[in-house]
Amino acid sequence: MALGLEASELFHSYDGAPALDGVSLSVPTGTVTALVGESGSGKTTLLRSFNRLVVPQRGMVRVGGTDVSSENPESLRRRVGYVPQHGGLLPHWTIRRNVALVPLLTGMASPDAVADEALRRVGLDPSRFGDRLPRELSGGQRQRAALARAFAARQQVVLLDEPFGALDAISRGDAHEVFGRVRSELGFTALVVTHDLAEAARLADQVVVMKQGRVEQAGTVRDLQRSPATPYVAALFERARAAGAALEQHS
Amino acid sequence: MKSALAVVLLALGSAGAIAQESPTPAPVVVASKPFGESYLLAEVFAQLLEARGIRVERRPGLGATEIAFGALRSNAIDVYPEYTGTGLLAILHELLDSAMRADPRRTFAHVSRAFAETYGVRWLAPLGFQNGYAIAMRRADADRLGVRTLSDLARVGPTLTAGFTSDFIGRPDGLAGLSTTYGLRFRDVRPLAPAVKYVALAESAVDVIDGYSTDGLLAKYDLTTLVDDRAFFPPYEAAALVSPRVARDRPDVIAVLGLLSGRLDESAMRTYNRRIEVNGEEIPVVATSLLRSLGLTNDGAVERSVDRERAPTGFVSFMWNRRGETISLTLRHLQLVIAALLAAVLVAVPLGLLLERARISAEWIVGALGVLQTVPSIALLAFMIPLFGVGVLPALVALWLYALYPIARNTYTGVRSADREAVEACEAMGATAMQRLVWVRMPLAAPIIVAGVRTAAVITVGAATLAAFIGAGGLGEPIVTGLALADSRLILSGALPAALLAIAVDGLLAVVERSVRPAHLRAK
Repeated sequence: MALGLEASELFHSYDGAPALDGVSLSVPTGTVTALVGESGSGKTTLLRSFNRLVVPQRGMVRVGGTDVSSENPESLRRRVGYVPQHGGLLPHWTIRRNVALVPLLTGMASPDAVADEALRRVGLDPSRFGDRLPRELSGGQRQRAALARAFAARQQVVLLDEPFGALDAISRGDAHEVFGRVRSELGFTALVVTHDLAEAARLADQVVVMKQGRVEQAGTVRDLQRSPATPYVAALFERARAAGAALEQHS
Repeated sequence: MKSALAVVLLALGSAGAIAQESPTPAPVVVASKPFGESYLLAEVFAQLLEARGIRVERRPGLGATEIAFGALRSNAIDVYPEYTGTGLLAILHELLDSAMRADPRRTFAHVSRAFAETYGVRWLAPLGFQNGYAIAMRRADADRLGVRTLSDLARVGPTLTAGFTSDFIGRPDGLAGLSTTYGLRFRDVRPLAPAVKYVALAESAVDVIDGYSTDGLLAKYDLTTLVDDRAFFPPYEAAALVSPRVARDRPDVIAVLGLLSGRLDESAMRTYNRRIEVNGEEIPVVATSLLRSLGLTNDGAVERSVDRERAPTGFVSFMWNRRGETISLTLRHLQLVIAALLAAVLVAVPLGLLLERARISAEWIVGALGVLQTVPSIALLAFMIPLFGVGVLPALVALWLYALYPIARNTYTGVRSADREAVEACEAMGATAMQRLVWVRMPLAAPIIVAGVRTAAVITVGAATLAAFIGAGGLGEPIVTGLALADSRLILSGALPAALLAIAVDGLLAVVERSVRPAHLRAK
């Protein structure tokens, strides 16, 4: 069973500079939400609230209906997958061991077998890639391994922080395809930070546009495109269209 | 970790066992400063006490005045030969008044009263000779320039280069006072080690040096000593200086040492010093013959070392004949280095890790350790004496302090520079702080930490040679003695193994450094 995400009235500031200014968000169980906005809009801070890398100064964060502040952070984090921008693979561990990290942490029976299964799901043959070091993989392969690590222990929620932003167009396309497939197979709930509206359209059921620590608008890409709630949202779409992006909602 | 701790404790234990013997009856610790005459007089004291059935422990060659006197006043040593002028100027920091200048006895009376009141330290009656500073030049130069007195020297000083011991340059009764009294100026003043100053003068690297009036080397190199025509230098009457403990509790020791009072004159001392410094005779042999000539020991007891094999000619055979001693000195040296280093690793690595967590104060604390690094080794060793006495313990503490900085600094830097995203990803996936440390931070930082240990190890091997100045033994022992006696073979017999040891330790740790390199940094 997947778990939904919920945030209500979050406030947070770094040294007096507000990062979250009354943000509320709801990600229904088993769906994907993209957080879109410029750097400094608060989207990463919001993402990190869900695995307690950030503890907002005010407001309530729930994962699967449970208040995250009531839970031991380690056990929360072992239930919530995480993919940072450059993968965050341990450079001195093999791919297999990297992917087996959470199974190792939670004491699952055979972490290597679990890791191999996850690698197969993201299209990396464990017999070929399992014993390699991260530096021996391409950027796209590394991000797929990082994705495998985030769901290998059957996490019901996965948080992704600009996961494919550093990849070239072809690798990115592959990664999107892999992400979509894996997610529909496993059905986890996902929250993806991106500054790319096209990527958001491709991956997410719901798009949340953030600006200066506030939610400008939330809805499907189609809704946002048809009736932008603010001039900022309208301008965002205008720019994306001008750049020739295919803003097609994934099915 | 456990076994490392055991090794430290073992090393410290064995070091401690050497440092302190059984408490009753405490042996009398006889010490000297690191120059020939001081070694000789200390050995004379020791042999005389032993001949009268008093147990003795020898600590020859302690640092300089500050170290030897610091050890004496804290009862870490019991007796060493000192000079009244040094006591007045370098220890009491008083100046000579005209009454003292006129009569050496007044200086002695003043100094011995002041020492008893201030430190509880007792001067025994003077041995009978003076060994003051003697400013020396090559005889040929002195004749050519017509220099006989220090006033003459002031006239030609600006054309000459002086080479003075750092002790002389720094002391109020040394260069500073001399310059004021005579208006002396030199073209250049170079600090020289006592061991090299005579050679430097003989080979014209410098033109003027400071010596002692009873130095045996003055005769060897055909030098002239200049007359102190304005009586600047105070009287330097030699006498045994006795610790508060012995002054209070051991009248037997005082009585035996008192047998030497007034028995030695300057020409006799110059002869004995010459046998050591010029002829290269063993100090115990010369001490024995001195005591015998005074009728203070019976002949039977002292024959043991007289027929010793003369020093062989080549350096190789010299080293070969010393091999047993060199090995035991090297082992002691290693013991000091390993114990200090392991103790430093045990403290500095956790400290570096802690600092990484509390970054705000980290730079301050690492900075403070760095400042410690700038304290000259010999000064740091001197600071240890009031706290830990002389011997192995203060040396270990000082070496330990030196080793802390490179290790703590590298640990802090290494752990801090570990791939941040990898560390954070680990945290985000639910690894505990300890798991992040053991799985990620430490393995990634390991080569940098080991590099710090390597730096510390090489520093410690070098600094440990100075431990001999506070009686901790090791390869510094022949270096200190060799420097004092201007015996380059003896210096090399300590310096060569020390250098080889540094290279070996460096090489060994380079291998360790490679072996802890994380997988992704290894060449395929």
